[in-house]
Amino acid sequence: MKKINVGIIGSGNIGCDLLVKIQKSKFLQCSLFMGRNFESRGMIFANNMGINISDQSIDAIIKNPGICDIVFDATTAKAHKKHADILKNLNKFTIDLTPSLIGNACIPVLNSEECLDVQNINMITCGGQAVIPIVHAISCIKKIKYVETVSSISAKSAGPGTRANIDEFTQTTKDSILKFSNNVKKAKSIIIINPAEPPIMMQNTVYAIIDDTSNISTIEKELLKIEKKIQEYVPKYKIKYGPIFEENRLIIIIQVIGNGDYLPPYAGNLDIITSSAVYMAEKYAKSRLI
Amino acid sequence: MKKILIFDSTLRDGSHALKQQLELATIRDYCDIVDNSVVDSVIVGHGNGLGASSLQIGFSKYTDKEMLIEAKSHLKKTKLGIYMIPGFGTIKDNLLEAIDIGVDIFKIGSHCTEADTTKEHIEFLRNHNKQVYGILMMSHMASPKRLLEEVLKMESYGAFGVILMDSAGFMLPTDVKERIQLLTSKSNIKIGFHAHNNLGCAVANTLMALDCGASIVDATVRGFGAGAGNCQLETLVAIMKRIEKEFDINLYKLLDASEMIKKIAPLETGVDTISIMMGVAGIFSAFKNRIRAVAKEFDVDERDIILELEKKKAIGGQEDMIIESAMAIVERNNNKKDKSTSFLETLS
Repeated sequence: MKKINVGIIGSGNIGCDLLVKIQKSKFLQCSLFMGRNFESRGMIFANNMGINISDQSIDAIIKNPGICDIVFDATTAKAHKKHADILKNLNKFTIDLTPSLIGNACIPVLNSEECLDVQNINMITCGGQAVIPIVHAISCIKKIKYVETVSSISAKSAGPGTRANIDEFTQTTKDSILKFSNNVKKAKSIIIINPAEPPIMMQNTVYAIIDDTSNISTIEKELLKIEKKIQEYVPKYKIKYGPIFEENRLIIIIQVIGNGDYLPPYAGNLDIITSSAVYMAEKYAKSRLI
Repeated sequence: MKKILIFDSTLRDGSHALKQQLELATIRDYCDIVDNSVVDSVIVGHGNGLGASSLQIGFSKYTDKEMLIEAKSHLKKTKLGIYMIPGFGTIKDNLLEAIDIGVDIFKIGSHCTEADTTKEHIEFLRNHNKQVYGILMMSHMASPKRLLEEVLKMESYGAFGVILMDSAGFMLPTDVKERIQLLTSKSNIKIGFHAHNNLGCAVANTLMALDCGASIVDATVRGFGAGAGNCQLETLVAIMKRIEKEFDINLYKLLDASEMIKKIAPLETGVDTISIMMGVAGIFSAFKNRIRAVAKEFDVDERDIILELEKKKAIGGQEDMIIESAMAIVERNNNKKDKSTSFLETLS
């Protein structure tokens, strides 16, 4: 069966995890893996997998635009600002995994169809992928006065790019919660990097201030439904506790265990964003292959 | 004695003791008293800094902006400072606003092993010609060598100095000595210390830090801060005066400030049993009130929650782990009950 060629820019944890997932795909194959340094851990990893690699980053695509149809950007928000225009001019379907929020914000379970009609989609943040569907579901049932999310990730799963982007991460997660929820005016998001050994699993807490406990059972049912839908592309996404109702707020604690592709299962944060991105690429590829 | 910078965190760490309900009137009266004192800067705001007013930590009574404007208008000579932890506050929502209000000193913090999350913010502030210091929280959790690596990172970003926080009040004077000695000898910027008093060592630890070459002390009047509280500032400067007679301290101002704080401090401050437990386990001081509340709500022993948090290696800002820990304890207790019920059933 014919496969669609994809390019990956960025040889960090996210780029490598994407690569492993893409090589397992029935619809995709990586035709070029781009970084800046042949000696980096990620480039050696890709080379050992027998993948075509380049140390010219995005310039490799400019020189050879036919090399791929889909481009994953796994660099930094700052770098994507430059990449976005180039990829637009080359008309590449672009899936941006940095928190740049330049392309159309994408949460597969909520808006995958509309995202296939645009040239550049943004995967928001790992925390965003985990909490936004939950906030959306609650906000469709009950009036939320204020919502807050806390994402805790292990230090080992946060590479230099993630650390350099912590400010954008916090801001983009918050802005996207507001964008995707139904009539919520105030939100906050917090991220914590915890260096504990053995590493902690990725965990997300959602707090939502609501008026009363009516419809809680409807919320519970809806959350189970959405959990199931997300599990179609992130198999170990799980509501661990909740909804718990405490004082005037709902609390939901979500754990994401990774698939253990490039990093071990503790890196659920890596897994949820790369799985969402690959899911979108496959959807795009399927529409092209028909 | 070389020039020692005194950072007064009473109106920041003290917010934790007040469950973030710091009044504007308190800010006004306090700043009026300590302005033009031995204190170099007054740090004001939510206990976890700018952008931390939240369900996770607790909502402030007033916005960061309201608190900072109030403080700014009552400080003529003494500098106004803020604290911010990246991951809570952001450049766009918080730092720009603070610059606009006229904040003089910026302290940017991270967990003690994650200094690289402060790079963007320290560089941003340096580009705006601001005085900026790095903070390493929970510094008992990292070795002296690892702390040095983190300090050197902050130095390379442009920090004027780095302050170690003993956020859990876990350290003994020897722990302080090991750390501060290495940092002052191997880095080129100022090194400071911020103590908590869980094990009764806050003043002694701060003196040890000074003895080992630290040149910033970060303390609070009456030790008014999270958990067991901090190094008591008025005590510390009185001792510093004894060591260095030329040191001009104007002690009356700080004693007046102490009397003022005494009036607003809740009764349950100081080294109480839960604080000792937290100091022994190395738990972030600001968790105290939340642990108390959750223990009551879920009907579990607060000391069990502390041990569960120690096991989970919770760090600063992870207040959601308190509920999670209580849930885990409840689950375990229920499992035990289930088992005993089934055993009883086999008897019947």
